Amino acid sequence: MTDAVNVSGLKKRFGEVEAVAGISFSVHQGELFGFLGPNGAGKTTTINMLTGLARPDSGTFSIGGIDCLENPRGAQHLIGVVPDESNLYPELSGFDNLCFCGALYGMRKPDREARARGLLDSFGLAGAGGRKFGGYSKGMKRKLTIAAGIMHSPGILFLDEPTTGIDVASARQVRALIQDLHDGGTTIFLTTHYIEEAERLCGRIAFIVSGRIVRTDTVENLLQPVMNRHVVHITCESLPDGIREGLVSLFPALAFTLPEKAMLRAEADSPVPVGPVVRFLEEAGAVVLEARRIRPSLEDVFVEITGIEAHAMESEKRNGGGR
Amino acid sequence: MNTLTAFWNIFVKDMRTYYLKPPNVSWGIIFPLAWTGMFFIRSGSGLESIPALLPGLVAISILFGTTSMLSVTVTFEKKNRSFERLLLAPISLNALMLAKTGGAIVFGVINAFIPVIMAVFFADVSGIFWTVFLAAVFFIAVASTFLGLFIAVSVSEVFEAQTFSNFFRFPMIFLCGLFFPISRLPWLLRPISFCLPLTYGADLLHGAIGGSNTMPLLLDLGLLLLFCTALFAASLWNIRRKWIA
Repeated sequence: MTDAVNVSGLKKRFGEVEAVAGISFSVHQGELFGFLGPNGAGKTTTINMLTGLARPDSGTFSIGGIDCLENPRGAQHLIGVVPDESNLYPELSGFDNLCFCGALYGMRKPDREARARGLLDSFGLAGAGGRKFGGYSKGMKRKLTIAAGIMHSPGILFLDEPTTGIDVASARQVRALIQDLHDGGTTIFLTTHYIEEAERLCGRIAFIVSGRIVRTDTVENLLQPVMNRHVVHITCESLPDGIREGLVSLFPALAFTLPEKAMLRAEADSPVPVGPVVRFLEEAGAVVLEARRIRPSLEDVFVEITGIEAHAMESEKRNGGGR
Repeated sequence: MNTLTAFWNIFVKDMRTYYLKPPNVSWGIIFPLAWTGMFFIRSGSGLESIPALLPGLVAISILFGTTSMLSVTVTFEKKNRSFERLLLAPISLNALMLAKTGGAIVFGVINAFIPVIMAVFFADVSGIFWTVFLAAVFFIAVASTFLGLFIAVSVSEVFEAQTFSNFFRFPMIFLCGLFFPISRLPWLLRPISFCLPLTYGADLLHGAIGGSNTMPLLLDLGLLLLFCTALFAASLWNIRRKWIA
């Protein structure tokens, strides 16, 4: 079967900056493929090249078997794009926005009106369909932007940071919508900086850092090295000086790190003896607030492969860093 | 068929969203009225001067109506990224930009008829060669719209679009032979006049209204068409270079 997306040696440079440095990957039909990386890693530049909003300096790529450099319009028929910012028309109603997006793909009036009504209904926006898009909440805007992306029923959907900047409840709804689309057979290319989101939704993930793909694999395979690892996070009011050295000498089988101020992370290939470690800390004068066993996650894999702390990546994005 | 559907809906959306909004309709009426009043007061002449003023009023109404609207709307859509939605659609860039400019062309043509309708009530307009007049109005509207498009794709902010527009518009009014014959301009400025599309539009209008064209009408039409093609091609080149880089 032809891959939904096939990319080979894709490069893009902006002046002195190499945004995308010769990446290659493929997305299988019906797959939910995650593209994960920090700000400035090249995620949006890659999406822009794949969707026709930017021209690559070199490399080739095809969508649905169509060579996009030879026939970009042919490929654009097959794809839907949900950008990282809601970019519908604020002065048009939700319904009119959807109908307009359908018309851009040549849908006839009765078809696009029926499809718009159906999408508003299934996205929980039926009551707001007649209201201007400019007056929607952020979560509603995000949902309508996703609806606009699938208005013409594309086989392949590009989703750029779909849950960034929206509240928890809306993000949960958006994730459920993405899952439904995937279950319905749509191939999804998802970029996100939320590692947990990628782990929950995606079948395969590519980690991109500084324009280079450092690892591509299924979530199970990525998690394999950390599955037998045992991690405990111990939060204290404060940690006495030199405590780490004392712990290392007393518990040589454990690896200790300080991921945050007053937080200790203990890691081992066998279960961590939480009681003795906590007792040692208390005897050393630390006030222990919480000791929690942590399930190894994709975040650990990401940190190990890229050397980038996940929470740093997320706060960077929240603070409006570059793309 | 797909392209036609997309083309028509972009055109209709722009007409509804921008050109038929009450502030723009009132601008389209008040602006030509204000120019007309201003020229009457300035000239101090009577109603018999209407046919002489008409080419200038028609041309200015089109020029300002089209360039103001298009340079702002396209820059605005680029700024809020809704223009990306159009670039993602499976239609050619040529068709897309013709659809985007269609609304402004129609707006310019409608603007042109405000002074004409006023003139009908106050002067004898039976001598106007309507075929030439309509051709002149249409081609001036197209050339001005494409000039607005060229400006819009050359800047990134709405205020820059307005400033850049004035850089072209005001010299054009005085150098294109609308109010002073080009032969009376200082010899140094005359070559500039012949580099302006409105010079040929103004000559067509003079020919249609008073039979006082200085160049063959077909030459005027041909050169206007050439300017339209060049401005459109330059705009597309700029879009490909800057917006799909």
